[in-house]
Amino acid sequence: MKKLLLAFCALLPLFAFASGPSVHLDKAGNDLTDKESLKNGFKTYINYCLGCHQLQYQRYNRTFKDLGIEEADGIENFMYTGEKPGDHITNTMPAKEAAKWFGSAPPDLTLEARLRTPDWIYTYLRSFYMDDKRPFGVNNKLFKDVGMPHVLQDLQGVSSIDEQSNVTPAMGGSLTTEEYDIVVRDLANFLEYVGEPSKLEREAMGYNVLIFLFIFFIISYFLKKEYWKDIH
Amino acid sequence: MFTNFMAWMDKRLPLTDAWNKHLAQYPAPKNFNFWYFFGSLAMLVLVNQILTGVWLTMSYEPSGDGAFASIEYIMRDVDYGWLLRYMHSTGASAFFIVVYLHMMRGLMYGSYQKPRELLWIFGMLIFLVLMAEAFMGYLLPWGNMSYWGAQVIISLFGTIPVIGDDLTLWIRGDYVISGATLNRFFALHVIALPLVLVILVFLHILALHEVGSNNPEGIEVKKKKGTIKPEEQSKFAFHKQYTEKYDIVDAIPFHPYYSVKDIMGVAGFLILFCWVMFFAPDGGGYFIEAPNFEPANGLKTPEHIVPVWYFGPFFTVLRIVPDPLLGTIAMFSAIIVLFLLPWFDRGVVKSVRYRSKLHLLNLIQFSISFIVLGVLGTMPATPTANMIGIVAAFGYFGFFVALWFYSKNEKCKPVPERVSH
Repeated sequence: MKKLLLAFCALLPLFAFASGPSVHLDKAGNDLTDKESLKNGFKTYINYCLGCHQLQYQRYNRTFKDLGIEEADGIENFMYTGEKPGDHITNTMPAKEAAKWFGSAPPDLTLEARLRTPDWIYTYLRSFYMDDKRPFGVNNKLFKDVGMPHVLQDLQGVSSIDEQSNVTPAMGGSLTTEEYDIVVRDLANFLEYVGEPSKLEREAMGYNVLIFLFIFFIISYFLKKEYWKDIH
Repeated sequence: MFTNFMAWMDKRLPLTDAWNKHLAQYPAPKNFNFWYFFGSLAMLVLVNQILTGVWLTMSYEPSGDGAFASIEYIMRDVDYGWLLRYMHSTGASAFFIVVYLHMMRGLMYGSYQKPRELLWIFGMLIFLVLMAEAFMGYLLPWGNMSYWGAQVIISLFGTIPVIGDDLTLWIRGDYVISGATLNRFFALHVIALPLVLVILVFLHILALHEVGSNNPEGIEVKKKKGTIKPEEQSKFAFHKQYTEKYDIVDAIPFHPYYSVKDIMGVAGFLILFCWVMFFAPDGGGYFIEAPNFEPANGLKTPEHIVPVWYFGPFFTVLRIVPDPLLGTIAMFSAIIVLFLLPWFDRGVVKSVRYRSKLHLLNLIQFSISFIVLGVLGTMPATPTANMIGIVAAFGYFGFFVALWFYSKNEKCKPVPERVSH
């Protein structure tokens, strides 16, 4: 047992370097069991993001099922362009044209939370500031010179940074800072769900499997002991 | 009924005989320790990879246009597809963990020394094929790290003078990595290499059972016929292939003793394996790397292109040499020296327990060097990292050179006649 532990410790350093160059990210505080939050995030996504960013690997009806939305409700409140419930969540934006409009085509976001982490999304959407040099009048602290406009500007308003790096909080939005943070958190939460829809199922199964294996280990230990008692 | 059936079979196929020879009457030294789990665990992981691989193949689409989407199809739409995929991806890393530990065992107890040289060579061939298998499998998800990782490794062959460019073209089947490369890697990954792997594992075990298992003491349990008094011999019945030629001491039949012990090992291993697979299937970004969550893109390079962790040690050896050709040679040398280990070691004492302090220190510094090389291989190259890498590479190659010198007249402790338990 001691040696097992030793071998494990020998392998530990491999994990110590897991995080690459660190940029400060704010914690979104995601909770995949919070269905209300996921539904709100889904709604925000449909209303504000889907026009440009597809979720081309995720289906509407799977999302309804996992988020606890009745299919009839889902069709009425989440599907606007006549898709079928079994369809993937896509848009009709032509990629080539989009690349001309924004500098590069807006990426699919199904796996964005796995590519960059949910905290990154949370921080990114709270990092826009005024910048007249950019085509859409905004820039982003986390993703410099990003081609995307501040789509949630109606909600957040926009902050500004002067030459001494003094930040003026966002102004002119319909939401307070706290309310806006919740909207973005819900969105990050939803994108974490979309990144891996089976995550909760995976963890739930994991506990059962581990309980089984612990019992199996104990039985196999005593079985071994019984067989080996005559070996000296 | 069953007895009749077995009798019928035995007349036509040596079933019972093979069972006895390799399991129920195979003399295994009684003093195997923790390190002896990893052989059977490697077989378990191999079976896991083959079975999950078969099921993944049912839903995977080997084409440049469809590969990435088909993985997400498996993750979302196929029943328990996510489980199969994670079993396979976690299994790949687990395979290397158990194989590296299995090799370390061989190093510690001299399991590569005479008469087990060929056994070691088969093992090394398995390791080599396993690396090729893992490398080709890693391209299949068609993520951006898959693409650029393959780009880097294939370009190594381009450093070979004269034929280099044509060789890389031949490997890729295209001027860049493309769907053509993906398709041939798929064919090799699911058919050619697994077949070779299984055959090599078969030969590895056959060679093992011919020479007999080593043990932590490095003392043979098969003694010259007629040298051991009957009452001192092992009280178990062993297959006549072993008892005709040898007197057997301190050994027990593999089955049931080591089969029940290995079941315990399997249970322990599965706890760790499932813990990672169910709660951190991307292994902290090492088992599945984040850039692989965007599709292969020949125009967009990931921030740091590093191969998967298990290639780390060899990748570092490649990277610390400024000249690409010499770097490639150094990298392949790091594998070739392992093949030649039985001849670098000129000693007769096997186990580190009875060898000199110098050997123990050499072994420790080798392990540390190997781990350091591995860790560096997963990090971006910086001047400091390169300096440390050079030191570690000296440690790695120095192990073999030093071994060759001191092993001839090494001051070892007296080796007992019999193993103690």
